[in-house]
Amino acid sequence: MTDAPPATPPLVALKDIHKTFGAVSALRGVSIDVQPGETFALLGDNAAGKSTLMKVLTGVYQPDRGSIELDGKRTEFPTPSASRDQGVEMVYQDFALADNLDVRTNVFLGREPQKNILGPFLRIIDRKKMEAETKRVLERLDIPINPRLKVKRLSGGQRQAVAIGRALAFDARLIIMDEPTANLSVAKVDKLIEVTQRLKDLGIAVIIITHRLDEAFAVADRFAVMRQGQVVGRFHVGDVTEAQVAHLISHGTLDDYVDYGDGIPAERRKIGSTSSMDVVDAMATRGNTTDGSDS
Amino acid sequence: MSLMTQNIKALLGPADLKQGSAATKVKRFVGDYGILIFFALIVIFLAVAAPNFLTLNNLVNVVRQSSIIGLIALGMTFIMITAGIDLSVGSVVGLAGMTFALLAPASGGAFWLPLIVGLGVGLLVGFLSAAMVVWGGILPFLATLATMAIARTAALVITDGQVVSGLSGPAEWLGSGFIGPIPVPVIIFLLAALLCEFVLSRTKFGSHVYAVGGNEESAKKVGISTGRVLFMVYLIGGVTAALGGLVLTARLDGAAPVAGTGYELQVIAAVVIGGTSLFGGVGTIRGTVIGVLLLGVVMNGMNLMGVSSYYQQGVQGIILVLAVLLNRWKSD
Repeated sequence: MTDAPPATPPLVALKDIHKTFGAVSALRGVSIDVQPGETFALLGDNAAGKSTLMKVLTGVYQPDRGSIELDGKRTEFPTPSASRDQGVEMVYQDFALADNLDVRTNVFLGREPQKNILGPFLRIIDRKKMEAETKRVLERLDIPINPRLKVKRLSGGQRQAVAIGRALAFDARLIIMDEPTANLSVAKVDKLIEVTQRLKDLGIAVIIITHRLDEAFAVADRFAVMRQGQVVGRFHVGDVTEAQVAHLISHGTLDDYVDYGDGIPAERRKIGSTSSMDVVDAMATRGNTTDGSDS
Repeated sequence: MSLMTQNIKALLGPADLKQGSAATKVKRFVGDYGILIFFALIVIFLAVAAPNFLTLNNLVNVVRQSSIIGLIALGMTFIMITAGIDLSVGSVVGLAGMTFALLAPASGGAFWLPLIVGLGVGLLVGFLSAAMVVWGGILPFLATLATMAIARTAALVITDGQVVSGLSGPAEWLGSGFIGPIPVPVIIFLLAALLCEFVLSRTKFGSHVYAVGGNEESAKKVGISTGRVLFMVYLIGGVTAALGGLVLTARLDGAAPVAGTGYELQVIAAVVIGGTSLFGGVGTIRGTVIGVLLLGVVMNGMNLMGVSSYYQQGVQGIILVLAVLLNRWKSD
């Protein structure tokens, strides 16, 4: 016991998670922890294991080995609803909304509040409560939307707000956001910064799954880089550059990286003919699009 | 448009719905209320043009004639909101009606046994369709095309193609009895419609029916058991079709194995006229009742005015096209 235990345990800690599908090892001993109110980014290529890890955290998959701790206490998420009941909510990449239904119905979809009429055996949906609660959570997010508007009439940002509002309505302590800007017409990183800041103010921890470096650097306090089913690096934003992380994502190491203070790796510098600005752009672009090239 | 303006517009909400040019407003009004207005115009026209139309007797008769298609259309509405379809309803009418006719005389005075068995037959066919759709992953159109053929075959085989006639008194009452001035089929239809309206618009299950039709993947992700919802709607469709078959048999005091042939298309037309989308996610029981009554009134009016029956199907077709065009202008 060399490390002193921290004063407050992490909100959630995944420890040494293993998961295999047939012959494929999707997760090979992954550990991450997220502090209360923290914004944490999980970076990596496609098939790096980000989604599998989050499916373990949301109770969709059961790990072959490893443990989950919540507030320092060991717990299990045998089903998606068990995970949600313990305050872990998922905001899907496509937001998982039904366009034909209004905002309040979408917020409570699958978990509609009900009230008894004519005794305990006949129960109807409590739309008044749904409307009031929807108004409340969207106000907390500072994105007011009329609860009776059909979702098909909303903009991408508003749809995202409804999806996040859904998590807030059920007292989420940790919200997992899968590629949060992928379904916005313009990559609205600014808006995402606002929303995550708002969630932080509310004391809610956020995990952002992304392959976009700019996104992770803009919103996260800390991040972990995954590659081939393992965590290959954990950083505080500010300790590393985007270019370094881009290299880490694609090569899995920071080893052949020589820091000249301008964020350009040595191997790239040898190209010579390009100006250093071009190289930085090229690196950033490569980092952003490696995911796409593999898919 | 900036996000700010969008947010403000969203905040204003209902005002947002009313925005747009005058032409858009007219369109939306026509889209929302067109069928109702059309229905009212037809009634006014017939009240003037067909002398016997606006008598209590005739109006009750219209609803009674519509009640069988109406009962089937109630279940079809649930199915179509999930973006499904049920082609087997006509065959269920034949098979359930046949079962009822075979059991009714044998059961002496009581008709509850043939009633329950008849409805059970509908439930069984609905179960087969649901099993193919949910467990087999077969498209509803094909799954119910199969149950349509199977149920019809069953109806033909159990009587060797013969007509069965002569029910016992109580069973007949289901089709030709009255409670006060109101025919029993009308009461059955109205009660069933109220129940379906309640379930679809007020309950959790009803909400999930719309969610499955709107976006099945999203519904799954939020934890709705979409398979269970789909299963239920085909069971409901089977029961309401069977109920239609029982009323038809009771009304005719007998059953033919080919009874109900072609009903599926009339029912689908009525449901679509009532505003339900074939693509799912949209539709109401209120709308379906209007659709059924509209077709009923038009048929009745043409009969009263002595229009050749040759024209009747064509007129139904024209109304269907009109309704589909109007639905495009709906405001939501």
